[in-house]
Order: sequence, then C-alpha cells, then structure tokens
Amino acid sequence: MAGLELLSDQGYRVDGRRAGELRKIQARMGVFAQADGSAYIEQGNTKALAVVYGPHEIRGSRARALPDRALVNCQYSSATFSTGERKRRPHGDRKSCEMGLQLRQTFEAAILTQLHPRSQIDIYVQVLQADGGTYAACVNAATLAVLDAGIPMRDFVCACSAGFVDGTALADLSHVEEAAGGPQLALALLPASGQIALLEMDARLHEDHLEQVLEAAAQAAQDVHILLDRVVRQHVREASILLGD
Amino acid sequence: MLKSKTFLKKTRAGGVMKIVREHYLRDDIGCGAAGCTACCGAHEGPALEPQPQDPASSLCPQPHYLLPDTNVLLHQIVSAWRPGTWASVASSLRLPGSLETYVEQEQGENANDRNDRAIRVAAKWYNEHLKKMSADNQLQVIFITNDRKNKEKAVEEGIPAFTCEEYVKSLTANPELIDRLACLSEEGNEIESGKIIFSEHLPLSKLQQGIKSGTYLQGTFRASRENYLEATVWIHGDSEENKEIILQGLKHLNRAIHEDIVAVELLPKSQWVAPSSVVLHDEGQNEDDVEKEEEREQMLKTAVSENMLKPTGRVVGIIKRNWRPYCGMLSKSDIKESRRHLFTPADKRIPRIRIETRQASTLEGRRIIVAIDGWPRNSRYPNGHFVKNLGDVGEKETETEVLLLEHDVPHQPFSQAVLSFLPKMPWGITEKDMKNREDLRHLCICSVDPPGCTDIDDALHCRELENGNLEVGVHIADVSHFIRPGNALDQESARRGTTVYLCEKRIDMVPELLSSNLCSLKCDVDRLAFSCIWEMNHSAEILKTKFTKSVINSKASLTYAEAQLRIDSANMRDDITTSLRGLNKLAKILKKKRIEKGALTLSSPEVRFHMDSETHDPIDLQTKELRETNSMVEEFMLLANISVAKKIHEEFSEHALLRKHPAPPPSNYEILVKAARSRNLEIKTDTAKSLAESLDQAESPTFPYLNTLLRILATRCMMQAVYFCSGMDNDFHHYGLASPIYTHFTSPIRRYADVIVHRLLAVAIGADCTYPELTDKHKLADICKNLNYRHKMAQYAQRASVAFHTQLFFKSKGRVSEEAYILFVRKNAIVVLIPKYGLEGTVFFEEKDKPNPRLIYDDEIPSLKIEDTVFHVFDKVKVKIMLDSSNLQHQKIRMSLVEPQIPGISISPDDISNMNLNGPEKKKMKLEK
Repeated sequence: MAGLELLSDQGYRVDGRRAGELRKIQARMGVFAQADGSAYIEQGNTKALAVVYGPHEIRGSRARALPDRALVNCQYSSATFSTGERKRRPHGDRKSCEMGLQLRQTFEAAILTQLHPRSQIDIYVQVLQADGGTYAACVNAATLAVLDAGIPMRDFVCACSAGFVDGTALADLSHVEEAAGGPQLALALLPASGQIALLEMDARLHEDHLEQVLEAAAQAAQDVHILLDRVVRQHVREASILLGD
Repeated sequence: MLKSKTFLKKTRAGGVMKIVREHYLRDDIGCGAAGCTACCGAHEGPALEPQPQDPASSLCPQPHYLLPDTNVLLHQIVSAWRPGTWASVASSLRLPGSLETYVEQEQGENANDRNDRAIRVAAKWYNEHLKKMSADNQLQVIFITNDRKNKEKAVEEGIPAFTCEEYVKSLTANPELIDRLACLSEEGNEIESGKIIFSEHLPLSKLQQGIKSGTYLQGTFRASRENYLEATVWIHGDSEENKEIILQGLKHLNRAIHEDIVAVELLPKSQWVAPSSVVLHDEGQNEDDVEKEEEREQMLKTAVSENMLKPTGRVVGIIKRNWRPYCGMLSKSDIKESRRHLFTPADKRIPRIRIETRQASTLEGRRIIVAIDGWPRNSRYPNGHFVKNLGDVGEKETETEVLLLEHDVPHQPFSQAVLSFLPKMPWGITEKDMKNREDLRHLCICSVDPPGCTDIDDALHCRELENGNLEVGVHIADVSHFIRPGNALDQESARRGTTVYLCEKRIDMVPELLSSNLCSLKCDVDRLAFSCIWEMNHSAEILKTKFTKSVINSKASLTYAEAQLRIDSANMRDDITTSLRGLNKLAKILKKKRIEKGALTLSSPEVRFHMDSETHDPIDLQTKELRETNSMVEEFMLLANISVAKKIHEEFSEHALLRKHPAPPPSNYEILVKAARSRNLEIKTDTAKSLAESLDQAESPTFPYLNTLLRILATRCMMQAVYFCSGMDNDFHHYGLASPIYTHFTSPIRRYADVIVHRLLAVAIGADCTYPELTDKHKLADICKNLNYRHKMAQYAQRASVAFHTQLFFKSKGRVSEEAYILFVRKNAIVVLIPKYGLEGTVFFEEKDKPNPRLIYDDEIPSLKIEDTVFHVFDKVKVKIMLDSSNLQHQKIRMSLVEPQIPGISISPDDISNMNLNGPEKKKMKLEK
C-alpha cells in the first residue's frame, strides 16, 4: 500500500469523497423490543448496534450507587467478524475497556444524570463491521438508543472523526485513511451549544493545524446531527401513527 | 451511487483477510468545457479552452479536443511542450470516478483492458455531452492511442480514434512536430546492423531478489567524463567495502546512462581492473565498429600492480532511468538525405544519441535539446527525438542558456504566483514591523562589498562603550521578514537554493525587488536587519553576545578599495573611518587566533573579467586582488556565523541547520605529499593545524610561487563542505575553519540556507513564531540535500561560465605563449596552471593518427618521462594557448608545449603559419634541437 494517495490533486479521497464529506449514514431506532432503547447505525461500512437499559436499580454491589446522580455503565464490544481478519475479541480487553470508559465520559456529560439519583443506566454497544470511525459510530448509535429509551438528555451527542493529510483536514476517516498512520481526532459534540463532550487525538499534530482539524470535525458532527435529527423525527412520526394519535 | 468492492487478500502472516471497500461515484464532476451549461460550472481547476485552437489537421478539419490514452500521454508529453499545440490535452481527462463514466471490471478482463475501456467510455460520453451543449456545435473529442486493438474497438464504437503518429502527421501547419514524436513504433527500432550488442536487462523482480540476496548491488551509475568506456557505480547503503565499483567496456556498461540507478554484479577477482588514466572520447562516426571498440577496451587494461585493482562489475539491469532532455549538437550524417543523425550531448558523460529529423541542415551548428526514448539491445547508441532549438553555437545567450540547462539551474523568470507575495510598493516600515525590533538607526553602520554589488546583505559597525570595551555589530538583511514560510515565494527560493553568479549575469534566488532593493542594505535608507552584536575587549575576546531584529540606516556603502583607502589615509577622522579602523584591528587579532587554532588558508586562482560595456565581451582578465578589508569583512562574517550556529544548536539541538566540512581521508593528501617531496619539502597532514603550519613553512627562496601552488593543490585535496541537519548527524566539525560548529547566516539574499537559519534564530530569541516544517528534521534534511545539490551545480555553472568567457577572450586575443606550472602529471598528459590568467589546461602528448612518443609514467614520484625529458609536478614550462575550434560543440582552450623543447612534441614559439586549427587536419611538426 506504499505511496497510497489519500488526497488526489483534484481534491478527491480514495473512496471518491471530497475532504469534508461524510460517508453515507443510515440509522434506525427501536430495533429490539425487549430493551428500553435500541438503535442501529451504518456509517459507510462501519455498522454499530446500541442497546440501552434503564434507568433502573443498581445491579450488583449497592456500594456503587451514587447519592446525587445516576451511574452510567457503558460496555463496548466488537464482533469477531467485524474486521478483515476474523479474531476472537474477549470482553474486557484493553481496547474495549478504554472505549467503554470514553463512552461513559461522553454520556455522563450529555445525560441529565442528576434526575435519577441512586440508579443505573446501561449502554451496550456492539460493532458489527469496523471500517474506521468506530468510536463515532458507537456514540451516534448510543445517542439514538438513549433517545429511544426516553432518558432525558441535554442535547444529542454527535461524534465524528477527522484526520489531516497534506495540509487539508479530512472528515469521517475510513479504515484505509486511518491505517495510513496520520493524526486522527475523535470529537463528540453537543451540537446545539457547540460544547465538546469528548475530544481525543492520537499521533502528533502541530499546534497550528489543530484548529483546522477541529473545525472540520465539528462541522462534520453538525452534519451528523442534521441526519440523526431527521431519523428521530421519522421514528417519532411512525411511532405516533402506530399509536393511532 | 455507492459501489462496494469486496476481495480477499492473503496477509504476510499467511492468514486470509477480507477487504471491503466502498467507492462513491459522483454526479458533480463537470466536463470542464467553458460555457457548458449542463455541468453548471461544477468543474474546478484547469478548464478546456472554449474553442480549441489546434492547428488544422487534415484528418479532422473541425475543431476538436484530444483525449490521449495514458501511454501516449506519458511518452509524448515532451511534444506537448510547445505551448498552443497540445494545450487542450491534459485538462480533458475526465475522472473515472464519475457516475456516467464508471466502468466495472468484468469477469476475465484484466486491469489494463478495463482502463482502456474506461477511456473509450469517457471519449464517447464527451462526444455525446458536447453535442448536447448546443446543436450546431461542431466540437469533437478525438481519441489518441497507440494500441492497435484499442483503436479498432474505439472505431467500432463510433469514436473518432487515431494513433499518435497518424494524428501528428496530419497536422499540416506544423510539419516539424513529427520530429518530436518519441520513436516508439516498432519499425523505428530496426537498426541496420541487426546484431545484438548488449546482453539483456533482467526484469525488476529478479533484480530485487538479487539485491536482497546480495548477488547484485544497487547503486547510482556515474559515467566518466574523460573516458566513455569507463564508469563507476556508487553503491547505496552503509557497507564500507565495495563502496565504489568500476565498470569498464561497452558491454559491461550495458546501456546504462549517467545518473541511472542500476543493479550491478561483481566480477570475479581475476577480472578486476584498475581505473585507467587514459583520456578517451567517442569520436567514431561509423556505427559498426564494435570490433574496434574491443581493441580500445584492451588498451585500458594495462598491467598494474595488484593493490591498484578495484572491485569491478557489470550492469545486469536498470532499476530506474534518470533521463532528462539533454543539450548538445547534431553531428550530421555523412550520408546525404539520411534522416537519421547522431546527436552529441554537451555533457561528455552522456553517450551520443541517434535521432530522426528532416531538418538536419537547419539544425546544424545549432544547440538543440534532445530527449532519449530508449536503447534497444542491438543498437550502439540510444534512440531519441528532437525537442527544442536553442540557437546558434557560440552566441553568448545560447551558450549561457545551455550551461544553465546543463547544470540544472532554475532560471525562468519568477511566476506571477511568486511575485504576488512581494511587498507592495511604495514600501515603508510600519508600526507592526517595529514590534520585536530594536531601532539602531542612530549607529554609524557601513557596508563593505566588491564594486558593483547591488545585493548588499551585510553591514558592520564598531564603537567604543563607556566601560572601555568595544561594541561590534554585524547587521544582516532581514530576508525572512519578507519571505514567509510556505508561500510560493518561499517555495521558489527554496527550490533555487542559491543565487548563481555568471560572468555577465546573475540568476537571482529571490526577485529583484527584494534582492537589489528592499533587502539590500543600501546607504541612507531605513532597512530591516537581523543584528548580531558583541561586546568585546581590546584583545577581541567576546564578553557578551546579543541577537536582535533591528532597523538600521547604513551611513555608507563602500567598496573594498574605498574602505582600505579610508583606513590607510592619515587625515580622515570621521565616525565611519574610526569604526572601520576598530573593526580592522579586531579582525587582525581574530584572524591570528583562528590560524593558531589551525584554520587553513587555502588558495584557488580566481579571475575576473573586464567586460566591454557595450558588447559584454571580455576585454581583459585579471586575477582577484585581496586587500586587508576583504579579510576584515570575512572575519566578522565567520564570527557571526559561528555565534549563530552555537545559539541555534543550543536552542534546537535536533533540527538546527548547520554546515560542516569533513576532514579529508589521508589518501586524499597523497598527491600533495608526493609533490612536495619531489621538491624536498615535507607536508604534514595528520591534523589541520600541522597542515597549515607545514604549508606556511613550505617556502623556496628560488621559487616564490611554490607556496601558492602547494596551497592550490591542498585545496584540491579537500572535501566539499555541506549543509546538514544537526539531528541527523553527530560530526559537526568544520575542518577548513577549525571550528567545532558552523553555519551560514550572513547572506540570506543569495543563499536559502541563511533564510532558514534566520528563522531558527528568530524563533530562538522570540522575535518570530515557528511553523511545523521548521522543526521537522526530515524536511530539514531534504532541504539540505537540495541546497547541497544546488550549490554544487551553481559552482559548476560558474566555472563553465568562466571557461566560456576565457574562450571568448582568447578568441579575440589570438595565440599567446605563457609561463605555466605543472599541477598534475597524467599517463599521457600534464595539467598546467597559468598564473597570469588563473587558467588551467591539459597538454596532451598523444594524438590520434600519430606515432605515440615514448612515455614512461611513474606513479610514485609522480613524473612523466617523454623521450628524454622528465616532467615533475611544479616544473615550470612554457605553453602556447589557443582556441581550438575543431570541435564546434566543445570549443576549448588548447595548450601545447613550447618549452622545454622535445623533438616531435613541442612546437616552436614562432611556428604558427603551418598550423590549421580550424579543421581536423593534423598539425605538422617541425623537428628542432
């Protein structure tokens, strides 16, 4: 894959997108009946499933209960068939622990946890196919699932990744672009207020370029918000028709 | 529309990976034709001309766009050079990512066929699309391909298609264009002899295997200037042994051309040879003299002692060709009306090239550019095609153009994009400029430069402080203030790397507005500067160093001579003069200190031409004079450079741009030591200091010029000084200046390295902000590489320019006899230096078609015995200088021996009448003595 041109002279990326364009996003809410909330999202070839239970009583040790707010419990897992190489991914490996922690931080910032003291909210996310931007897909799926469960939130949480190639910021990196080894940034945004719920970056990026990349990621997250908003409205419309209102 | 591609791939570990990739097909890619309403300007970047201005073609009379396939585009791009003719080519390629023209690979179709089909679909789409544009539109897209099958299919599908040759031949307006076609058609390769001369090149995969396993070595092919049958290959990699491999003989060179990356195979030790010191040029007009070639090759293999043998090899394959268009001249074929001619490149390391042209008679005596197309196995010479006519031989403009092209000196005028970054005139210093800047306009600063200098980049001052110490300031033009990192101006100057000074012309690194006006520290105007200010005591010890950006107002721009006059005159007591005297005094102490530390004073003969102001012809030639003031300025520049080097290295230990001068390996000095020994002198070369001392002591009362000669020889032993990035190397020592660290800071107008150093220093003192590339050591190393290359090339170009003007000078002067000293002794020649002109030349003792004199060469002394006369290095001889025009391409200064006289070799001083130098006829010799 040596010398792969991530951004052509004409400004097209490997998969034919322009620098700021997202991959095709498709999402559905309420995919499982037994869970309190659930959602499925496809961002290009990245596919994630999120399930939410709660708020409910603390399970397991009572000592974990928080007196003033709800406990957000996040678990991330990815399917054995999610990547090119089939690989068994046990629960509780480092990568999924870290991802769980990040999701938890993200949603503690977004869910109005103080409304449910001494209770617990479980968010389970599974990645069925990974083609770059798994964190972003997980957050977006979980947002829809939390909304589906009817848990009050400050705002949507919309996430998107961004990278930096040849002086240009690329939004929503695919696996090929991630694997090329440039800097990549993951951003979770509360779109209405523009507040950042989580920001993470690997690899080194010069300070001068950070703003540009951040800008691209934020813009992409806003675009994601528009799409998610449309999905939610569609879902609510369908649900209300079913309820016969 | 979304397309997904799924395929399985085997991983290195042996597993199987399923790769799923998606591809978005766009519907917003415009056709690029101006005024196309259907695409509503979705196209960005270069657009098609609204009405193609292609010359009338007899095949397709209506206006048309051309759509070449990839192969045509790659191979014929040179013919597209001519503006106007093929201008519509490149922009017409529509991206295959578009919705309408996407083509999926079919079962059983290989990638190439798919691509061909995609181009055909694109051509078809274009034709339909353009028709839609307007009904009466006559515009057509013509598909150009050299692939016969592809063309047939295209015609079947109703696309007008031609081969490249057909199309170019049909262009009635430009018949000469056909000469420029790269001859790739099969019939072009059939060479008369049909005999296979060379062994086949191995395919790349095999070469890579061989290199991995160590059977082959990869390296850069460097042909010898002096002998066309010999070349060396510099092996890439770190291994110490077999660094340099010798190749000898046409068959072993195997069609490699100078600068190619090749794979070589080492020959068994029994076949190893020594580098021959014979000078050989390929001059045969005949093409079938392969047997003769072998004879010549035998000549190279002279008996030599075992230890002289060097690793020898042969080329087995070419890894990468590094062909470029070559300048040179046409050697017209002897056969009348022949269309095939040989082309002789100006660079002697490039073999002659066979080209096909119908305009041989007009091209004769012109400098032309030719590109190589290929070198078939059965051809003695590579095949090429004509590209451009530069002008008449001997014309000053043509020759200058040639030497700039040959030395790869970028000399085009600056582009609009570059000029757009220049400050707007009238320019003045603003409040913003004064931020982080010290006002030094009150200081009595002056500049000292050679006469006629317009790019003044340094100025000096010196004053006494209240505490009795001296304050010395070096003020350098603040070029980095104008050249901001990353913009087009910066990129262009980085590419040029250095200003090139030719005898009558200067090729600027930065546009004139900066180099001769805004950055030049002219007197009586406010200029921005970067100052380095020291506090010194009277014994020139530095007590304090300060760097600051500043504004200065130079009080006087002096020449070296003027400054010297001021210092020497008894009755001048003004501020400038006292300042100069103070500087001069300190400079002398600094110089003494430096020499004590072991800095070398070397010598190289430098000449300056006096030009006729009207014709720009050289009328006189003069060796450069050195005054005290020269060394005064030099001394402070060295001091500033060293101070800055220390500072930036302290601040940026990993990515400071420094300059080093490696110590030469002891073997380099052999020739100097041997030469000195022949004069009963001893030169110690173990350290720079001992070398400097022994050079100082090497005087001969009867031979005052000897010392200079020794220093000239010592200069030749030295290594090139180079720029490097401090994080990539750990040896910083500058051998010649005996300084542990050194950089270039003092000439930012004419060297790009100094601009980088300015930026580093500005960041170090907090006067400017940094940028990512500045602290990237790999980028910096790339810059260094380019700078080193440009500097080397600039030096060669300068020498070539001097050589050309020397020729012009002797052309007007006729033949002269001058005294000369022998610098080197070769197997069949001696190299002499004429101090009066600083001119170096070779006196050959062997000539074609003449009985060779008895030559005995002794490598140990070194000496050359001709008949009964022995020549040693440094012997004084008398030579006759004249211009040899027998070879129009390489007009050269020819020297022949006058004294001492050797029967059959030397010519008598007055024997001129019966010599004819303007033809290839042999000289008649008059026997004397």
